[in-house]
Amino acid sequence: MLEIKNLHVKLEEEDKVILRGVDLTVEAGKVHAIMGPNGSGKSTLSYVLSGRDGYEVTDGSATLLGQDILGMEPEERAAAGLFLAFQYPVEIPGVGNMTFLRSAVNAQRKARGEPEMSSTEFLKVIREKAKELEIDADMLKRPVNVGFSGGEKKRNEILQMAMLEPKMCILDETDSGLDVDAMKLVSDGVNALRDEGRGFLVITHYQRLLDHIQPDVVHIMSNGRIVKTGGPELALEVEKNGYADLKETA
Amino acid sequence: MMALLKKKAPDARKLEATAARLDALTIPQGGWAEPARRDAAARLRAQGLPQGRDEYWKFTRPDTLTQEDAPRAAVLEPGETPIFDAFDRLKIVFTDGVFDPEASDALALEHVEIERLATSRADIHWAKDLYGTLEARGQVPVDRPLAAFNTAFATDGLLIRVIGRAPKPIAIIYRHESETSDAILHHVVKVEEGGELTLLETGPAAARFNKCMEVDVADGAAFRHIRTQGRDHERRAATHIFGRLGAESVFKSFTLTMNGKLTRNECVLELTGDDAVAHVAGACVGDGDFHHDDTVFITHDAVNCESRQVFKKVLRNGAVGVFQGKILVQPGAQRTDGYQISQSLLLDEDSQFLAKPELEIYADDVACSHGSTSGAIDEEALFYLRARGLPKADATVYLTLAFLAEAVQEIDDEDLQAEIVGRIEAWLFRRRR
Repeated sequence: MLEIKNLHVKLEEEDKVILRGVDLTVEAGKVHAIMGPNGSGKSTLSYVLSGRDGYEVTDGSATLLGQDILGMEPEERAAAGLFLAFQYPVEIPGVGNMTFLRSAVNAQRKARGEPEMSSTEFLKVIREKAKELEIDADMLKRPVNVGFSGGEKKRNEILQMAMLEPKMCILDETDSGLDVDAMKLVSDGVNALRDEGRGFLVITHYQRLLDHIQPDVVHIMSNGRIVKTGGPELALEVEKNGYADLKETA
Repeated sequence: MMALLKKKAPDARKLEATAARLDALTIPQGGWAEPARRDAAARLRAQGLPQGRDEYWKFTRPDTLTQEDAPRAAVLEPGETPIFDAFDRLKIVFTDGVFDPEASDALALEHVEIERLATSRADIHWAKDLYGTLEARGQVPVDRPLAAFNTAFATDGLLIRVIGRAPKPIAIIYRHESETSDAILHHVVKVEEGGELTLLETGPAAARFNKCMEVDVADGAAFRHIRTQGRDHERRAATHIFGRLGAESVFKSFTLTMNGKLTRNECVLELTGDDAVAHVAGACVGDGDFHHDDTVFITHDAVNCESRQVFKKVLRNGAVGVFQGKILVQPGAQRTDGYQISQSLLLDEDSQFLAKPELEIYADDVACSHGSTSGAIDEEALFYLRARGLPKADATVYLTLAFLAEAVQEIDDEDLQAEIVGRIEAWLFRRRR
């Protein structure tokens, strides 16, 4: 699904190297988690994969279903099946949540040469999915993320993910700012999307999200590299001992 | 700041030029308005027509607004249905400044008296005490010579007296058919105690348009005004709104401006009764040969009043936006709540926004804020939308709408608001790149 090889990335504006050779393969149907201390490069990895400006890839490659994504515009990556759930979803006043989402769904379909979703069909699907995430009609009508609580914003991210039906989902610290109930809702939403054809990369500081979204593989990232890979037990180890030991083994 | 607004004696050459220009014109004769017209002409001769050197015209060149002939302006084929077409409203049409009885509805509406300035001949008329009166009051402390010019020479206009709740909006529809038309219209609106009116003004009016509207909102009355200017590209327009607000009254005015070589909208409001609320908002979108000037002056002269000025400008391809906005809080106008924001979204580096926000406060228990910014599209938000699959050009349209939202949301009626948003969206999508 997602194949990252020897990825080296620096900031475009300054001589600061952030990723120093990341190798990672996420298979279809699998959930991979990346954990690591602040500044280890986790969020940068998610931004570089989804095409945010400000980074320069100096070496390595990243492919999604065999397609090189690093040369694509962000919207092309989205149409190719990549989704990034933002750590800080952006507020867009004056643009209705539903209007925005329908435009996004249809922009992706258009880019893939698929027919657009009719408004009736869209309404039916979004109502169903919103209900599962406890997103009410008012939240759908309101401007994108405006006046949403932290938990509502994250649920809205998952709703977008559910509507866009990406192949590869990257969740960037989706647990930050969530209380226990919201974490459960968000995790249920993510788990509902788990299937054979979809890969997940879950970026988190803490093990607690992984109680809800059970990963198949856990990676520890430190100083721009993946320093350790293991099963779910690795997350528990981090929870117990912190990152200090793992950094030393790097 | 005060010193800049103090009146200086105009220089002799300016007054000579003004006299020469006025000598060539004839004040419409007869009727109750003639004394007010003569008074306005005399005031204008004493203050002089505006010149580029005038402080109040520092950012906007007045010459094409004052010269003898209106510069030619092409007539636009709109290619879309007129705005508010589907809304139930009383339509009154002026084509190139001339009343069009064929296209207009009968001037009759429940709880409202409507007459035309040009045909109102009664000796004693309610509008006699208002015509030119609010305009004259609005000449202090800053000269507004184009408004005095309007009072003196307006050829027509509407006199609207609202004595109850108007059952539907009155829509003044301007049409532009002549490339050289030079229209001067003057409306007077009096909303009596407890009365309510929504007034819509739409459409390109003329090659050059000078329009003045005086609005007296009595105690407990409400006046809502939604205006669209454009989308004609070559027009020049100078408009004035003079409003007086009584106690517990509401005045809300929103203007959408699309295109136009030169538009100067002045709004001068005086809150004279306690607990009054005045909101003035504007959204404008300009691409290329576009100069848009919002000049606002709000005076708080009563207790516990609220005023809001919300102006947003989207500028591209060399377009220029100007904002001169002032809140003046008079001694004794305690518990004033004044808010003023003027912002521009510059879609490229060629465009320009010039702002002069001012506060002048003579009361101590007052909350006033003002802010002015110029900025580009927010990269973080742009990335967010693109990461959802929206092409960059579409994402830019949405973020532009988001930028304008605060101004557009000043329109209370959701349907009217949606219609305005639809027009802005269409304008933006036509130009997306």
